[in-house]
Formats: sequence, structure tokens, C-alpha cells
Amino acid sequence: MPDQLLFATEVALNGLMAGVMYSLVALGFVLIFKASGIFNYAQGVMALFAAMTLVGIQNGQVPFSHLINAIFGTDIHYFGWEAPAILAIALTVVVMIALAWAVNRFIFRHLVNQEPIILFMATIGLAYFLEGVADLMWGSEIKTLDVGLPQGINETIDSVTFEIFGYGFFIDNLDIVATVIAALLVLGLVAFSQYTKQGRALRAVADDHQAALSVGISLNFIWVLVWSIAGFVALVAGIMWGAKSGVQFSLSLIALKALPVLMLGGFTSIPGAIVGGLIIGVGEKLFEFAIGQPFLGGATENWFAYVLALLFLVFRPQGLFGEKIIERV
Amino acid sequence: MIYREAGDFKTSYGADNQTFPIKFDRRGYYVVLALAALLLPFIVTDYWANALLVPFLIYAIAALGLNILTGYCGQVSLGTGGFMAVGAYSAYKLMTAFPWMDMITITILSGFITAAVGVLFGLPSLRIKGFYLAVATLAAQFFLVWMFNKVSWFYNYSASGQINAPERTLFGVIVTGPNTQAWAQYTFCLFFVVILAWVARNLTRGSLGRQWMAIRDMDIAAEIIGVNPLRAKLSAFAVSSFFVGVSGSLFFTIYLGAVEVGEAFGIQKSFLVLFMIIIGGLGSIFGSFAGAAFLVLLPVVLKVLGVDLLGWPTDIVAHLNLVIVGALIVFFLVVEPHGLAQLWRLTKEKLRLWPFPH
Repeated sequence: MPDQLLFATEVALNGLMAGVMYSLVALGFVLIFKASGIFNYAQGVMALFAAMTLVGIQNGQVPFSHLINAIFGTDIHYFGWEAPAILAIALTVVVMIALAWAVNRFIFRHLVNQEPIILFMATIGLAYFLEGVADLMWGSEIKTLDVGLPQGINETIDSVTFEIFGYGFFIDNLDIVATVIAALLVLGLVAFSQYTKQGRALRAVADDHQAALSVGISLNFIWVLVWSIAGFVALVAGIMWGAKSGVQFSLSLIALKALPVLMLGGFTSIPGAIVGGLIIGVGEKLFEFAIGQPFLGGATENWFAYVLALLFLVFRPQGLFGEKIIERV
Repeated sequence: MIYREAGDFKTSYGADNQTFPIKFDRRGYYVVLALAALLLPFIVTDYWANALLVPFLIYAIAALGLNILTGYCGQVSLGTGGFMAVGAYSAYKLMTAFPWMDMITITILSGFITAAVGVLFGLPSLRIKGFYLAVATLAAQFFLVWMFNKVSWFYNYSASGQINAPERTLFGVIVTGPNTQAWAQYTFCLFFVVILAWVARNLTRGSLGRQWMAIRDMDIAAEIIGVNPLRAKLSAFAVSSFFVGVSGSLFFTIYLGAVEVGEAFGIQKSFLVLFMIIIGGLGSIFGSFAGAAFLVLLPVVLKVLGVDLLGWPTDIVAHLNLVIVGALIVFFLVVEPHGLAQLWRLTKEKLRLWPFPH
């Protein structure tokens, strides 16, 4: 095969892996949107918050230590223990569930029946709030996250492709792990929503709030549940991104990237979120490789996804898999 | 009694429709205007102008613009930062290409250029709405910032990629560049704020403003009663972008003087202006001013309280600022969705009945 084509294939493969990450964030969006009609801008910040909490617990950091030190003039930073990864993850899940409860109790229970755009703006406020709290709790410096995931170039793929094409593909082990975990997560979610009582209740709520209420499903419980699941998905996304590029503020910007993913896939479709994520991931890497770098001066990844979504919206506003909205007066 | 309509007889249709129907309000407005125009320029110091007054005036224009689009016409935009960048860069290109042109013309022209760009990015609003549109405007935000970063024609091929405002005078007074005096900056901005607020107020209560509000309240119904959605939406985008462009131009030429696009006009700026109109009050001219004042004031107050008085590190105060802004957004959306403007309205209602509320 010619070199250019090989490069392009490698770029596309790496884009596919990046797309998996976008899909993970988009998945959290879709879950909340389906169950409560809330478009949760804070999903990316939740991933950041989860990752920071995980690192903080692992390292035994004292929450709000900077603030406490500033107020009381003390000098405490660490508890002095290192938690094992499993325990830290479990504790972080507990924190995310508490967060889900608090968000519903203090924000969205008061905003029932408001317009979607008001709810959206409330989640922007929530995003700012969470970001500030996360920084106050754990400090804003860039942290490394290590829960024992394999990293670095995958030797097997490198050597196999070298034998076949005479050119070794560079694929990160972490990306492969991320793909596998994302696939497991989706399978788990599908199984949960198909075969468990709560999952069925969740689908009922997504279908019709009032009908679900009238057969005795507690909306409050379902909302807390779905925010908890979204929190869990955020944690998984946070771990993956954190292991890849460190836990830092830019993590919350991937939330913005998830928006065009949803445009493409449709707001209400889980397969849509995944396919959309993959298309955006591959598309922006290939565009950068083929057009962005040689002709436009690079860094087209910043806007490609949005412009693609914008063009897409003009022709198919409901996305690839979304439900068509029919408006009547 | 002071705050009453009683005894203030209106004898013409125009008088009946005035912005401040109560004499006390009317006088208060002229007093504020006189203080701002005749007293403040003589006592304003560098610190006050740079930390509070000039940013307040500039953000007030941006908030007015976004409020026209989001508050009056119901089209959510997250591209304010990008449109401000258009205003700033067109002002820069005009200033360097036509050195003889005076600053008022430049500012207004850059507003018109931004309006044209705004209409272009407003085109998708004809097919989509709500947060779909919000994402479409995000595309504008990221694309425009990227473009001003990459296409070197926009920053005249300078090595740093920054743009610097050259020195320009207006009636013999330096208004841009590093040697500008505080009162000149302030007065120049004040001039635009007063004019534009007057324009905004009169546009929004006229035929065009009513069309916008009809589209906001229910677009299909508005279409049925004869509002042309194409005209209404695109005119809202044009007018709003004009305001935002003027504010971006002032932000660069008068306030900062040197700008790096990603830093000055990033996505954070879009959110800041959006927060201003949420906290101030959607669909209210006064709210745009109140929100801008509040969000300009808040970090300064926090800094004075936290860093100067309590001696906390600056990063903690910055994070607290985030927490407070976020909490306030949620608080206002839950408790008072119409923002500070509604609180002001309620206060005025109470004042009219005071001291006999029944």
C-alpha cells in the first residue's frame, strides 16, 4: 500500500479511539436527556470532578485543605494514606451518587416544568459551581491519574502491521482498553435497562413522565438514579481522559465536543451517541490530516466537529438516529 | 408623596408611552445621566476606570446585544465571544488600513461588519432552535477564534499574533493607545452606551421588538399572525451582533489596547455575557445594565475582601468566584427567573403603594 494511505489509515484508527472517548461523554448526556429532558452541560465537569475526587482519595488529600489552611492558618494537606484503586473508585462512586441526589434535591426539583433552555442554563450554572468546588476541594494543579491501566504503544499491533505492510501502526494500549471498557459499559447499560426492574422503570419514564407516574414509578427516584448512572459514566470517562492527558481543566471542554456528537447522533439515541462519537473522532483527525495541516495551518480540530454538526443540522435536524419532532399548533 | 403617578397628567399619546411614566423615575434618569456625563469624567481615576467603569460600560453593550437576541427574540447564542472578536479585529483592520478615519466611524463600521457576520451565522436559526441553535453558535465561536488565530492577514502578519491599537485622537483628545487618559476612555464608552441603550429601548418597544417577542413566545403562532420569521430572526441576529461588535471593538481599542484572541474572546467570554443577562434579567434593558454591573463588580469585591482584607491566596478567591457565580445562576433560575430586573420592578411596585400597601 502507498505510504499516504497507510498514514491515513493509522490516523483514522487513532481517530476511532478518540471517538470512543467522545462517545463516553455523549453517553452520559443521552442518558440524562432521555430520562428527564435536561440537557446536561455539566457532564464534562462531572467527569473532571469525578477524576479529581478519585485522585484526591487515592492520594489521601484532605478535601478543601487550601481553604481550611487559608481560614484557620493551619497547614494540613494529606491524611497520610494511599488508598488502593478499587477502594478509591468505590468511594468516588458514592460521592457521585451523593452529588446526583443533591443536584436533584436542590436544583431540578425546583425547576420541574420549566422550558428546556432554562434547564440547560441551570446546568451551565451547575458546571461553574462544580468546577469551582472541585478546584477548592482538591486544588487546581494538573494531576496524574494512575489506576493501573496499561499505557504506551501496543507492541503486537506494531509488529504485526510491520510484517504485513512494512509500516508499524502506532496505537496506544490505553485507547484499546478504553474501547473495551466503553463497549462493556454500553452492554451493561443495555442489559440494565432491558432486564432489571429499575431499568424498565427508567425506560418508562423516558417514554412518558405522566404515564410512568400513574403506574406508580417514583420520578424522584428515577432522576436520582439516572444522574447517578451519568455520574458513573462521567467517572469512567474521567478515568480514561485523566490517564491519557492528566486531570486538568481542559477535561471539561470535552463536554463541548460531545455537543456536536449528539447533534450528529440524535439527542435521544444511545447507539447514535456512539456512532456520532466515532464519526466525529475519525472525521476531525482525517480532516486535520488531509486538509487542516497542509492547507489551513492546522488546529482545525477545535472547530471541525461544530461546523460538521452545523452543516448536518441544516439537512437533518433530528440527527442520524433521533426521533423526528413534529410540531403542531 | 414622591413616587406616584398621581398628579402627573399625560396629555398626548407620546407622553402616555414614555419609558419612565413616573416623574421621580424620569428625574432620577436625568440625574444619573448628568452625574455620569458631567461629574464622573472629572473625578474618575485610572483604577476606577480600568477595574470597574470601562468594563462595566463595554459589557453593558454586549449584554444589551445578547439580550436582544436571547431575551427578546428567544434565540440562545453561545457565540458572543466570537462576535466580539469580529468587532475587535474589524476595528483593528479599519484603524490600520484607513489611519485618517475617526474612531466613532470605525467603531460603528466594525459594528456593521459584525452584524453581517452575525446574520451569516444566524441563518441556521431558520431551521433549528433551542440548544440546537446554541451549538450552531458554538460553531461560530470556535471557528471565528481559530480564524483570527490562523489567518495572519487579520493581525497584519505581526510575529506575536497579537493586535495592538495604534494611537488615535478624537477632537484632539487621545482615545486609543497606551497614552489614553482614564476620563477619555470612560467618556468615549459612555457616549456609545447612552446612544445604544436608547436605540435598544426604542427598537424593542416598536414593531420590530414586538415581532421578536412574538417569535420568542411561540414561533408558529407568530408566523400565523403574520410575523415573517425570516425577517424577525435575522434582524434580531443583525441588531444583536451590531451591539456585540461595537462592544468588542471598544473592548479592544479603548479598554485593552492589545489583544490575543483566544484569551480575550474565548468561550468563557460568551458564558460571562450570557450569565450577565440571566442574572440581570432576560428581556430587560435595565437587566442588561444590572447584570453587567453585578458580574463586573463581583470579582473586584471578592478580591478586595478575600485577598486584601483576609489575605487568602488569589487562586482560592478565583475558585470561590466560580462557585458563587454558578450558585447565583442556579439561584436566580430557581427563585427569580426574571433576574435583578424583576427585583427592581417589585421594589418599584412596593414603592408606589408605600406607606399604605392596602
